[in-house]
Amino acid sequence: MSEHTLYDTVWENHKVTELPNGQDQLFVGLHLIHEVTSPQAFAMLEEREHEVAFPDRNFATTDHIAPTEAEKRERPLSDGESEEMLSALERNVGEHGITYFGFESGKQGITHVVAPELGLTQPGMTVACGDSHTATHGAFGSIGVGVGTSQIRDILATGCIAADKQQVRHIEVEGTLGEGVYAKDIILKIIQKLGVDGGVGHVYEYGGPAIRELEMEGRLAVCNMSIEGGARAGYINPDETTYEYLRGREYVPEGEAFEQRKEYWESIKSGEDAVYDDVVTIDVDGMDPLVTWGINPGQVIELSEPVPAPEDFGARTDREAAERALEHMELEPGQSMLGYNVDVAFLGTCTNGRVSDFEVAAEVLEDRQISNDVRALAVPGSETVREQCEQRGLDEVFIEAGFQWRRAGCSMCLAMNDDSLEGNEVCASSSNRNFIGRQGSKGGRTVLMSPAMVAAAAVEGEVTDARRFLSDDARTVSPTDVEEVAD
Amino acid sequence: MSEDQHITEVAGTGVPIPGDDIDTDQILPARFMKEVTFDNMAEYLFYDARRDDDGGERSDGSRASSDDESDGEFNDHPLNRFEGASIAVVNTNFGCGSSREHAPQAMMRWGVDGVVGESFAEIFADNCKSLGIPAITAGHEDVVALQEWIEANPDGEVEIDVEKETVTYGETVIHGEVDDAMQEALVDGIWDTTALMYSNLSKVERTAAELPYIEAA
Ligand code: SF4
Repeated sequence: MSEHTLYDTVWENHKVTELPNGQDQLFVGLHLIHEVTSPQAFAMLEEREHEVAFPDRNFATTDHIAPTEAEKRERPLSDGESEEMLSALERNVGEHGITYFGFESGKQGITHVVAPELGLTQPGMTVACGDSHTATHGAFGSIGVGVGTSQIRDILATGCIAADKQQVRHIEVEGTLGEGVYAKDIILKIIQKLGVDGGVGHVYEYGGPAIRELEMEGRLAVCNMSIEGGARAGYINPDETTYEYLRGREYVPEGEAFEQRKEYWESIKSGEDAVYDDVVTIDVDGMDPLVTWGINPGQVIELSEPVPAPEDFGARTDREAAERALEHMELEPGQSMLGYNVDVAFLGTCTNGRVSDFEVAAEVLEDRQISNDVRALAVPGSETVREQCEQRGLDEVFIEAGFQWRRAGCSMCLAMNDDSLEGNEVCASSSNRNFIGRQGSKGGRTVLMSPAMVAAAAVEGEVTDARRFLSDDARTVSPTDVEEVAD
Repeated sequence: MSEDQHITEVAGTGVPIPGDDIDTDQILPARFMKEVTFDNMAEYLFYDARRDDDGGERSDGSRASSDDESDGEFNDHPLNRFEGASIAVVNTNFGCGSSREHAPQAMMRWGVDGVVGESFAEIFADNCKSLGIPAITAGHEDVVALQEWIEANPDGEVEIDVEKETVTYGETVIHGEVDDAMQEALVDGIWDTTALMYSNLSKVERTAAELPYIEAA
């Protein structure tokens, strides 16, 4: 069992009691609510005539169904079901006195983008949301867990979840990222190495020089995809980067109170004497950008690697998954992903929908045009992100390049609004899941990659090494390099 | 809900749902989550997989929605062939991906009372526990043999014993594993965690008050 890790300390601080079923009753310091998974929970709460136990610790916004075209945000929403969900959310938060960031607030967006940027997420908290990507909040040194609707009911009624403590795996990320290689590539590499179910039973603690070097937005991208690696949560110990990010944000105290809060933040960090259940080291020196070639996020390669063959995998389940993936993606083993045709480019989501993501994509797109055959969407993760991007004139770069510049929401990440793949379109996507059907079309094909790579794919109409657009002397890979590797 | 809903065994005919890494987007596609209750979820269970290729997509390429009449024809997906089954038998990493409780809710409303699998994604297993659906794991060969047996014996009874951690069918008994917390919760009838935790509310307030980031009420 782990000892003296951040996870152990935060767990102890939030543990109310042990339940008769052996689980711990854990206080939830921040509960984030969105329209899709909450209405049934509020209904169950009312059925039992319970109040919301800690209304101040609950915050709501709308993201999954949010239309991303300005004119479609007029109420009532043209889609009747979406309108019903949104009105139910508004009614529920209104009746229970919960702060809500709606369209009018200027702060609406994806829960995992909104809470960090407002300073709601802080080190040493437990964070829960009816959404698996709650792991994102671990970037601050909090413990973020995704929960189901019955557990949302638990949190509303009692401020707690019943939870099992997991094992802690420390992932030491050594080396320095090359130019044009990002946090997204780090987490894809980790999932490639440890597998999509490698994290089952664990939380991931990310550390090491390559993680310390990351700004908060990069750390958020890493922690976000912990769930894609099968881990229930993922976190990074807080440091000066964390504290500087938090300073001055809306929900962060100022002055003396900030310093006091910081003492708590320092107190929860994994100690020198921390004991882990497992330690894994990954070196990112010389790592090339990664792209997925398959239908789960673990089916991913560096640009210099060829698409693998099923027989390259030891486990039967991996071989079978590879076969299904090759068929769905219409790929052959040994092929390079460079040159893979792309129909749609999608920038955004709780993984890569933050200001720095749009900045780097804009760097690629500056003075360039996207391919005539590509439909391209830039969807800020929140209205705050949108505003900041617009202040910097980034919206114009996207629009001039041929992208559609949208309003905030989950959008084509899971296509619950009008943004969707059609038929068997291929999408270069900065999102986190490439499951079949995920982007709204059963035949649709998703290739996950960093925002820079998405922008470059939009320009070329195919998967290409974004680094050649970013700098004259960055290392780049071409398809011929890959064939050599394949031989 | 009462606290005396002990679940020690569940039984009924089986339905094999073969495949590894079946994610919740396949179990319950996101476009059917646009409803504020779980009432209709059974209809959308494995919606795409249960219909022929063009199912769920109209000729103009637009998508079917929950109020769309032009659904594709049912194909030979096991859920179409094993109507009335109570025990689902799945393979590895079942229920990975999104945390949506819509997925186990849909299975429960379709008729599933228990699941046997090689392994489950954690949030999915947690959701099953919240709903009082036992999820028992067993080895690859045992699971595949059971899936084959169900194909050959669609009317045969499969029983999960939560206490003994066994799955029984025909003459065969498989020894599996039920997660400890799930086992206790189901057997002791305390899987309704709201009631359980609500009784500790004053302790919760004390824990909260100790946390430096919680403003004193
Ligand atoms: S952006 Fe995608 S992954 Fe993130 S919360 Fe929205 S739907 Fe989920």
